[in-house]
Amino acid sequence: MKNKLTYLAVILFSFSGIAQEDLKKTINHDFELELEAEYRYFYKSPSFEEQKDQFPSLAIRPKYTLDWNKGYESITAEGFFRLDVDNERTHWDIRELYYQKVKNNWELSVGLKKIYWGVTESNHLVDIINQTDAVESFDGEQKLGQPMIQYSLNTNFGAFDFFYLPYHRERSFAGNKGRFRFPIVIDKEDVGYQSKAKEWRQDFAIRWSHYIGAFDIGISHFYGNGREPLFTFDQLGNINAFYPVINQTGLELQVTHDAFLWKFESIYRTAKAQDVFAFVAGLEYTFSNIDGNGLDIGVLGEYLYDDRDELALSALQNDIFFGSRIAFNDTQDTAILIGGLTDLESSSKIFSIEASRRIGNSWKAELEARVFSNIDANELLLANFKNDSFLRFTMIKYF
Amino acid sequence: MKKIILITAVLLSSMGINAQSPEARGLEIAKAAEQADLGFKSSSVDLKMTLKNKNGQTSERDLTTKTLELTADGDKSLIVFNSPRDVKGTSTLTFTHKVGPDDQWLFLPSIKRVKRISSNNKSGPFVGSEFAYEDLSSQEVEKYSYKFLEEKEDILIVEQDPVDPKSGYTRRVVNYNKGKGYRIEKVEFYDRKNSLLKTLTYSDYELYKNKFWRAGTFNMVNHQSNKETLLKFSNYNFDANLTDEDFTQNALKRSK
Repeated sequence: MKNKLTYLAVILFSFSGIAQEDLKKTINHDFELELEAEYRYFYKSPSFEEQKDQFPSLAIRPKYTLDWNKGYESITAEGFFRLDVDNERTHWDIRELYYQKVKNNWELSVGLKKIYWGVTESNHLVDIINQTDAVESFDGEQKLGQPMIQYSLNTNFGAFDFFYLPYHRERSFAGNKGRFRFPIVIDKEDVGYQSKAKEWRQDFAIRWSHYIGAFDIGISHFYGNGREPLFTFDQLGNINAFYPVINQTGLELQVTHDAFLWKFESIYRTAKAQDVFAFVAGLEYTFSNIDGNGLDIGVLGEYLYDDRDELALSALQNDIFFGSRIAFNDTQDTAILIGGLTDLESSSKIFSIEASRRIGNSWKAELEARVFSNIDANELLLANFKNDSFLRFTMIKYF
Repeated sequence: MKKIILITAVLLSSMGINAQSPEARGLEIAKAAEQADLGFKSSSVDLKMTLKNKNGQTSERDLTTKTLELTADGDKSLIVFNSPRDVKGTSTLTFTHKVGPDDQWLFLPSIKRVKRISSNNKSGPFVGSEFAYEDLSSQEVEKYSYKFLEEKEDILIVEQDPVDPKSGYTRRVVNYNKGKGYRIEKVEFYDRKNSLLKTLTYSDYELYKNKFWRAGTFNMVNHQSNKETLLKFSNYNFDANLTDEDFTQNALKRSK
C-alpha cells in the first residue's frame, strides 16, 4: 500500500514537474551587446581634397535571440550602428532579423539574414547573397542584411538551398572625408539599375553542397541584380553606380588531406554589359603544436585570376596571395594573420597584418595594418587608393 | 563433425581465458567498457571549463556538447561555445571514424562561415586548456593497441598505445572500474619521450538510465607545466532524441 501511494505521488509529482519544466524549457532568450571603439590612422597625405587622416569611431552591435520548440523554432535579431568622421561611414543596418523553423531534414528562414559561401581566404568570389558593407572593412567580409526566404533541404546526396531574394541592397561607398574613394564621391541618390523593377527585382538563387570523404563541394547559381556595381560617368563628371542583371554560376571545392587544405573557387557571370570569368586556387598548410605548447603556424598561398583585367572592381586580375596564420592557442586566443598580395603584371603590392587577443573575460583588442606599396599608375581603381595605407586599433567590450 | 569443431572451439576458448595474453586481456577490457556504454543513442550536456595556470590564475569557458551514438562508425558530436563572449556561438562539428582521420567543420559566427578544418592536429591544446584534441574526441576501441597491466580489487589497469603516429602520447595508462560498468577512474598520459605528462582524474560519477556512468568532474593536471584544467558537467540529457539531422552543417550554423 505504501509502495502504491509512493508510486502515485511520484506520478503526480512528475506530471506537475513536467508541466513546469516544459514552461521553463519552452522559451529561451538571450541578449548580447558589443561596444566597439576604433581608431584608424592613414599615415600618408590624402590623394583627394577633404579626405581626413584620422578616424576615431564608435560602433554598437545589439543581438537578441529567442527560441522555443527545443530550439527548432527561433527568432534572431542583430542590429548595427557606427558613428564615424566620414558621414557615409556613419551608418546603421539590420544585419539579421529572421524567423527560422527546423523540421526533420528541412529548414525555413524568413527575414533579413547573412549567408556565406566559399572556401578561399584572399578573395570571396562565390559569396553573393549579401551586399558588401564596403565602408565597414577593406576585406569585404562585412555584409549588409539581405531580405530573403530560404529553404534548406538535407538529403543523402547533399544539401540543397533555395533562396527567394525580393529586394536588392546598394553597396555603401565612402563620403567626402573618407578614404578608399575616387576623386569624385559616388552619388548615392543616382543609382542605376538595368532592371525596370530596380531594387525590387525579384531575385533567386540555388546552391547544392555536399561532402564525400576529403572533398567538400558547392555549386551555386544566382539570377538577379548584381551585387557588384559597374561605374558610369555622366557629362557633369559624376560617377554613378549601375547594377546589371546577372546570371552567376559558382563552384567551391576544398580537399582536406592531412594538414593540407586545397582550395578552389570560381565564378562565371553573364550580363548584358559584361561577362566575367574568375577563379582563386590555392592551399593552406598548418604546422601544428610546433613548440608542444599549442603554437600553430599556417602557410597560405593563392593565385587569383579575373578576365576583366583592369576593370575588375577587386583589382585582383592576375595576382598571387601569400600569407601566414599564427595561432598561439593560449588562454587569450592570441592570433595573427599576415598577408601580401602581389600583382604579376605590375609593381602593385598590398601587405596586411591582422592580430587579435582577448583581454580578461569580456574584452578583445584588434590591430590591423594595410600597406599599399608601389601601386601602378595604370591600375584604374587601385591607383585611387595608393595613399590609403592605414593602421587600425580596435577595442571591443562584450556584455 | 560439427560437434568436434564445437568442442574444439569451446576447449580453445576456455584455454584462451586461462592463458590469455596481456594484449588480448587489455583489448577485452576496452571492448567490455565500450559494450557497457552501448545504447545511449544521443546525449547533450553543459560543460564549464576552468583553466588554471601555475600561479593559480583562472579563466573559464562554457560549452554545450551534443553527441550522437553510431555503432558502424565513430560518434558524431557538436560543440558550441557560450563563453568567453568574443567566441560565443563558435561551434565545431566532428564525425569521428574508427579508422582514419576524423572529419571536422568549424563555424565562425561573425561572418557565418563554415570551414572544413584538418583533424591532423591531435596533440595541440583544446582552447588553451590542458586537454589535447585527442583527449576529448570520441574514444573508439580501434584507436589504440592494448596491454593489460594489473588488477587491484575492482580496478583493472590497462596500457593503451595510440595507433595514430600523430598522437602526442607514447602510451596512456587507464584505470577501469570493473564493478561500475567499466567506467574510467583515472588516466595517466606519457609524452613522446615516455615521461609522465598529465593525469586525468574522473569524479562525481552518476548513473543515468540505470546503465550509463557519467563523471560530473574531470580534472587534468599537467605535471610538466603545473597547469590544470577542470571540467564540470551539468544538465546531462539522455532524452533529447537527437538524430543525424542535428549533426549537419546546417545544424552547425544554427547552433547558438
